[in-house]
Amino acid sequence: MSILVNHNTRVITQGITGATGRFHTLACKQYGTQMVAGVVPGKGGTDFEGIPIFDTVERAKRETDANATIIYVPPAFAADAIMEATAAGVELIVCITDGIPTLDMVKAKRFMRGKPVRLLGPNCPGIITPGECKIGIMPGHIYRPGAVGVISRSGTLTYESVNQLTLAGIGQSTCVGVGGDPIIGINTLDALKLFNEDPQTEAVVLIGEIGGSAEEEAAAYIKQHFRKPVVCYIAGQTAPKGRRMGHAGAIIAGGRGGAEEKIAALRAAGAKVAMSPAHIGSTMKAVLAGQN
Amino acid sequence: MNVHEFQAKAILAKYGAPVPKGQVATSPEATAAAFRALGEARAVVKAQIHAGGRGKAGGVKLVSSAQQAQDFAASILGKPLVTHQTGPEGRVVRRVYVEAASEVARELYLAMLVDRSSEGVAIIASAAGGMDIEEVAAKTPDKILSEPIDVAIGVAGFQSRRLALALDLAGKTAAEFGTLLTTLYRAFMETDASLIEINPLVITADGSVVCLDAKMGFDDNALFRHPEIRELRDPGEEDPSESEAAKFNLSYVQLDGNIGCMVNGAGLAMATMDIIKFHGAEPANFLDIGGGADAEKVAAAFRILLADPRVKGVLINIFGGIMRCDVLAQGVVEAARQVKLNAPLVVRMEGTNVEQGREILKSSGLKITAASDMADAAQRIVALIGK
Repeated sequence: MSILVNHNTRVITQGITGATGRFHTLACKQYGTQMVAGVVPGKGGTDFEGIPIFDTVERAKRETDANATIIYVPPAFAADAIMEATAAGVELIVCITDGIPTLDMVKAKRFMRGKPVRLLGPNCPGIITPGECKIGIMPGHIYRPGAVGVISRSGTLTYESVNQLTLAGIGQSTCVGVGGDPIIGINTLDALKLFNEDPQTEAVVLIGEIGGSAEEEAAAYIKQHFRKPVVCYIAGQTAPKGRRMGHAGAIIAGGRGGAEEKIAALRAAGAKVAMSPAHIGSTMKAVLAGQN
Repeated sequence: MNVHEFQAKAILAKYGAPVPKGQVATSPEATAAAFRALGEARAVVKAQIHAGGRGKAGGVKLVSSAQQAQDFAASILGKPLVTHQTGPEGRVVRRVYVEAASEVARELYLAMLVDRSSEGVAIIASAAGGMDIEEVAAKTPDKILSEPIDVAIGVAGFQSRRLALALDLAGKTAAEFGTLLTTLYRAFMETDASLIEINPLVITADGSVVCLDAKMGFDDNALFRHPEIRELRDPGEEDPSESEAAKFNLSYVQLDGNIGCMVNGAGLAMATMDIIKFHGAEPANFLDIGGGADAEKVAAAFRILLADPRVKGVLINIFGGIMRCDVLAQGVVEAARQVKLNAPLVVRMEGTNVEQGREILKSSGLKITAASDMADAAQRIVALIGK
């Protein structure tokens, strides 16, 4: 078991002919993911490295029985691509695109309300169930199959954390990059709930950062309902207030969203918090050893 | 991106919001002329900087003659104004806004912003206007009203009525307030704003609603479709090294420490700042060079870091994943030679061909230390600048 994606997942690439789309579609295919279709308006009927291209997501889904899509289209058109995938009923929509206008995302989320699809991202590295399915831009070779779930708002910091886990001999069930934007699909809390129900996942690493209240909401849930150990790291302990730290969502605003409050809430909920980003793997190792 | 009060008011006026008439001036003489052009008995002269708290800091004055207007402008133009939002160095006042004075009966607070929790746009209002709203929110949260707007509908009539009632507005005033909400919402959506803040929104002696102050912020990601707003950018209000970084698509924020850092990815960049602090030193900046760190980008990043005289050493932390470390190392060496780097440099990199990359750094003849992981990198740079 795992969450959201596994060896049965069949994936469409929206924007398969752009440089990023081409490169990562091949990398995902090489990893073993079933990349079954591409969508590029106006290029239906052609193919990319043997992967058939369709004009619309609706047609791609109908012809290939896809149940997931990954979006690389440029920021100005990405929200439209999300809505197209939503209308076509693609169950899991992963949006990699960084720099989508916030109000476009507000409207896209409004459009998605009540429809039976899930969005991951935007501005995220994607999702991977090691050894089974990679839908994203992460370097597949640092991941190992195992029992620790990973949730993160960041890209390269996730790779850093996963690398520490793998070097410590700890494999991963599924790693979910929820994205660094203020308006996202699956959030930290949603991912925690999925991991709580996943029998393969024995513990969770949660990589948070300043801004918003995702970690506080996660802490409340961990305290009440989460049955597995959680190791956390919150990036931005040294970030000044009121300044945006690269990610559109990483800002301490109105005295809220600071690292200290998040760390305090997670500790109070019983999670182990690594204060140095170099201690994520070793903290998880100690937690797992303490259980046995 | 933020704009000045006079620019925000010009945008809002275009949409039909009630703002006092006014004129911008950049010299004391022009301020006097603006006073005369207004033709009012009294006017307010306001310093134009991108920071709140101008009134309390002495940047706003009620004047009743052209001479008074001129004298006040002469006393603030070209000098830094220090408010609670500017930091101790303040912001230099380059312009003043001369505006018709209003007869104020009540001061309210009104804002519109992107609300992360409702994933939409929200109206924030309070009867406690003219004050620092964060202070009001902290001390008396019950005085803050919040109304989420459904972007598929817009501001519904009942929402305007509910807010008007809670703010104790009636009759003509309530009607004008409702119209203002619709107007602000249109301006917000059509300009891709991230914030509209009217503080204070005043009720005049005759019951009219007037936007006495206005602040607007815009979504940087949407500026591509608003060239007219992009043109309102005032480079004088921005940190010069941050503007320089933006040209190279680097995300940079200056901090107070002495270890410069260069990292790929925002989360890892924050984590790198944290680990420097964890090992007892202070980061000089946040710098995300993004994907595709080529020699040109690395050189630009070096120049920006080294322009800060406080920087005593540099830490590069790259988790390439699929990036080739030999290519990266060559870029770093090339860039370090180009900028004649003298400060100690510690490089931690992870990715393909990492051994070859380390060898390139080692044989470069430059003062470059290769680190094995993040903790090792932080310890090494802290030790190197400590000497």
